[in-house]
Formats: sequence, structure tokens, C-alpha cells
Amino acid sequence: MTSHPAKKIVPAFDVTKVRADFPILSRTVHGKPLVFLDSAASAQKPRQVIDAITQVYSDEYANVHRGAYYLSETATANYEAAREKVRGFINAKSVSEIVFTKGATEAINLVAAAYGRAFIKAGDEVVITTLEHHSNIVPWQLLRDATGCVLRIVPVNPDGSVDVAEFAKVIGPKTKLVAIAHVSNVLGTVLPVREIAELAHAAGAKIMLDGCQGIVHRHVDIQNLGCDFYVFSGHKLYGPTGIGVLWARAELLDAMPPYQGGGDMIDTVTFAKTTWAPAPAKFEAGTPPIVQAIGLGAAIDYLNSIDRMAAADHEDGLLRYAMTRLAQVPGVRLIGTAPHKAAVQSFVMDGAHPHDLATVLDRHGVCVRAGHHCAQPLMEVLGVTATTRASFGIYNTMEEVDALAHALIRAQEVLL
Amino acid sequence: MNVAPLNDDLRSLYQEVILDHAKHPRNARLVEQHTCKAQGNNPMCGDRVTVTAQVSDDGRLQDVGFEGKGCAISIASASMMTEALNGQTVAAARQLFDTVHDLCTGKIDAEAAKAKIPDASDSVDKLASLSGVRQFPVRVKCATLPWHALMSCLDGKGQMTTTEK
Ligand SMILES: Cc1ncc(COP(=O)(O)O)c(C=O)c1O
Repeated sequence: MTSHPAKKIVPAFDVTKVRADFPILSRTVHGKPLVFLDSAASAQKPRQVIDAITQVYSDEYANVHRGAYYLSETATANYEAAREKVRGFINAKSVSEIVFTKGATEAINLVAAAYGRAFIKAGDEVVITTLEHHSNIVPWQLLRDATGCVLRIVPVNPDGSVDVAEFAKVIGPKTKLVAIAHVSNVLGTVLPVREIAELAHAAGAKIMLDGCQGIVHRHVDIQNLGCDFYVFSGHKLYGPTGIGVLWARAELLDAMPPYQGGGDMIDTVTFAKTTWAPAPAKFEAGTPPIVQAIGLGAAIDYLNSIDRMAAADHEDGLLRYAMTRLAQVPGVRLIGTAPHKAAVQSFVMDGAHPHDLATVLDRHGVCVRAGHHCAQPLMEVLGVTATTRASFGIYNTMEEVDALAHALIRAQEVLL
Repeated sequence: MNVAPLNDDLRSLYQEVILDHAKHPRNARLVEQHTCKAQGNNPMCGDRVTVTAQVSDDGRLQDVGFEGKGCAISIASASMMTEALNGQTVAAARQLFDTVHDLCTGKIDAEAAKAKIPDASDSVDKLASLSGVRQFPVRVKCATLPWHALMSCLDGKGQMTTTEK
């Protein structure tokens, strides 16, 4: 082997060090070491996030934007600092484009209610795909029922990939909004969102990305992605539950009416007329999830402290290894084999229902998700009622992939 | 690889008789001359089972069949249910529903169940094999899904019934 002294040596991703940051990973389940392969549903939390939350509650807690006293000022500063961390993480132009919600679901409902009701009329079209999570289907059905707009559905290929050409067939002059996943939570497919955004914009439409999985597995530079709205949940990004983010272009947030009415979102209130505070406050009625936002900020600090490129390589390595190992288990069929994929792998096994598999795997300490993954229309297209899904985070190891494969063989002994 | 002994809870959940019914379900067909029909749906996992029955004028289940997609537990439960019910009265079917429910949730054991309905002690013996789910709280609904569908069927509620009550 020849050496290249000029080449910068990239240290291998230190998964042992990362694992040490996640207290829960050292516990056992049913007497077996925990093998947590359900991060796509919700990720585990590093000590840094847990500590940050404890710190706020034990030392710095008060309501925000209200009290003219030290603690309230501190809480407000910390809450707004979290917004700045989110801004930096996705490279948004301004913190006024970052709206905190209670999760991605609420963020999508916000877009559907505030943007949709104001700008989408009867006969206008909203474009989604067959692989969407229920939370990116149902809000549009509600909008359809309220306004008479039309839902157009772009199909996915049997391997889980999505063709830009299929979007080209559906997007047209009636399209007002394209609302699609950045990365599929069932298939792991990374959608060609930049090309789709170009099509949407060429037709004069806006595009919203459901970034729940995308932001976890891919570097998101919002100014480079070409979308108009981007939403995600904190709890899948190693942060707490109860916090989500809506990013939208400033001019869209300015044009949109409020989502909910209440305190903190107003400029002045009289019984004759109320004027709104500017974004993001306009969309944050009531006491916000203060500690959760600060916890999300801590999760972002944590992710910034590790080499995210190396972490992404590590996850891709886990995915490739899992695809190989799972395919070697007799009777296993992989679901979702698109060329561009993030570390999420669904599969089915001959003669064993996903639910039974998950129950047996659990007794071996292996946590996987079984079911329709909140994507029943996709299940129908795939011709299955349910799949088993293993999803990987920065803390998973190749040995855990082996543990999954071994547990599947043991499951066959029980079930077949 | 060292092979640990099979977990006892798993062994009692996936007994031979359960796996046999899951792989070779009995009466896995819709009854053509049915007098009632209902679908059960478990929104958590998307499992569905449709139960059809032909009830005679004097209140007997002359034929019970089901069709569905689901896990081993729900299919085995449906299969064993149809076997236990064919020829029974509607009143007996309701009593069996209560018994299976109590068995699966751990309220009573097999002996108590048999004492409750001595007439059906053979059926109860078989159905008691479903009680392994009591160690797996999230799976109780799998075992009771077909029974809930049966109840809506007999109640004449043709519409969807769900386990989310
Ligand atoms: C792709 C996708 N969209 C939306 C959601 C909904 O996220 P939440 O339940 O956190 O609002 C999820 C999470 O389950 C998801 O994976």
C-alpha cells in the first residue's frame, strides 16, 4: 500500500464515544442488552440534552417574553438562542423564518391551515406522493374538504424510488403546492427534492418538504434546497418531544394569516380589531414549549460537536451492511431498495407477520417498529399490510445489525 | 453463537396450537349465506378481519367464517373462534366472548373459565391457549380483534369496529 502524506487523515467515526453520551444505551431489556433500531420513530437523547433540560428546570425557568425580571429574561434569551441554533443548523437567512411548533405534525397543519386556507382555492391542486406519512396526507384532505381543492398523488416505483418525470406529469398550471417527504420514513428513499422544487417553481407553485427524516440523515442547507417550507420534529433529531420547527420564506410568513389566536402573537388587541405581531411570534400563540425548544438547541449543539459528515458515512455503512445481512436471512424480502437511501430499512419475512417478529425480537432486546408506519396508502401500493422496520441513528453499530439478523433467525425458530 | 434457551413467555404465546391455527386457519372464508357481517380493524397495526355468520331463526350460529390479514395471534384467534362457535347459540357466543376477554387480559385462568361455562369446557380449553398474550399487553388486542368483530356482527352493526374503544 502506498501512503499519501498529503491526504488529510479523517479519523474513523468513534461510535463508542457517541454511545457513551446516550445513557439509555447501557440498559438491558428482558435481560438482554438494548439494541435500539427504532430511531426513525423517535431517537434516544444524549446526556447533553437531558442535562440542558434539567438545568433549565432547576435553575433558569420562567415564562418567556413576559416578565421584566431576571429569570424571565434568562428564559427568553435561552429560548431565542435555541431559535438561532436552529437557524444556523439549517442555514436560514433569519431567525424570523423559524417558527417553533409542537412537532412536525403541527407544522404541517399550520401550513395547511394558514397558507392553504388563504391561498389555495377550489380547483387548485396540491401534489403529494404515495409514500407520505399520514401527517402529510390528512391535513391536505382536511384542506380539500374545506376548500374544494384537488389532491394529486404521485406514484412511487416498486423499489421505493421516485421519478422526477412522474412529478412532471402531475405538476401543472393548477398546482398551488407540492407537499412531499424529504426522506421516506418507511422506505428510506431520499427524494430528488431539488429537481422537484424546480418543477414546482416553474409552474408557479410552492413546495413544502416534510423533513422529519431528512434533517436527521442529511445535511440541510435550506437556501440550497430550493423549498419554500420545511418542517421537522425535535424528538427524531435527538431532542425532546413537544417541539418542532416550521421554516418558511419570510415573505410567505408575512403573507400568511395567523394559525391560532392567543397571547404573544398580537401587536395590539381591541375588541374592534387586533393586529398581529410579525413572524415568528404571529404563529406562536400562547406559552410556547420553552424547555423543549432549549432542549432542541442542546441537541443541535451536540450534533455540531460531532463530525456529522463522518456520522452520515457511519449511518450509510450501517444501512449497506443491514441490507446485505437482512437479505441473507432466508425468506426475508427488503422493502425499499432505491439507489438513494437513508438509514431506514423495511422488510417482510415469509410466514411471519411483522407484529409477531417484533414481539420475538423484543424478547431478544431488539427494538424495531412493526406495522404500517403511519403510511397505510403506501402499504396498499406495496401490496403488504405491514412491514418490519429497522432504522439507524448515529449510535448504532455493526454488531447491532448482527444482533438483528441473529434475532430474526431465532424468531423463525419460534414462529415457523 | 451460543444459543440461549427460548424465552418462556414466547413459548407460551406461540404455542403449537396457535401456530397451527395461524398457518392453517379453519373456516377462513366468508359465509355466502350470511345473515350478518362485520369488520374489525386494529388501527395500531392495520390488521383487519371480517367475520360473517349465518344465524338461524332460533338464534343459533349455523356457520361462522372469517377473512383477514393479520398476525399469528389474531388469525389463530379468529380460526379458533369459528371452530368454537359453529352450532352454538348467540347467547353462548356472547358468554364465550366475555370468557376469552377475561382469559386474555389475565382476569381469570383456564380452570376458572371452564368452571364458568362447564358446557363448553373443550372449547375453553383450546381458547385458553390464547391467554399467553397476557404477558404481552400490546398484543392483547390482536387476540380479541376477531371477537370484537363477532360481537358487532351479532349486534347487527355491519360497520367497522375497532379495537380502540
Ligand atoms: C416522514 C414523517 N413525517 C411526519 C412525521 C410526524 O412527526 P410527529 O409525530 O413528530 O409530528 C413523522 C414521524 O413519525 C415522519 O417520519
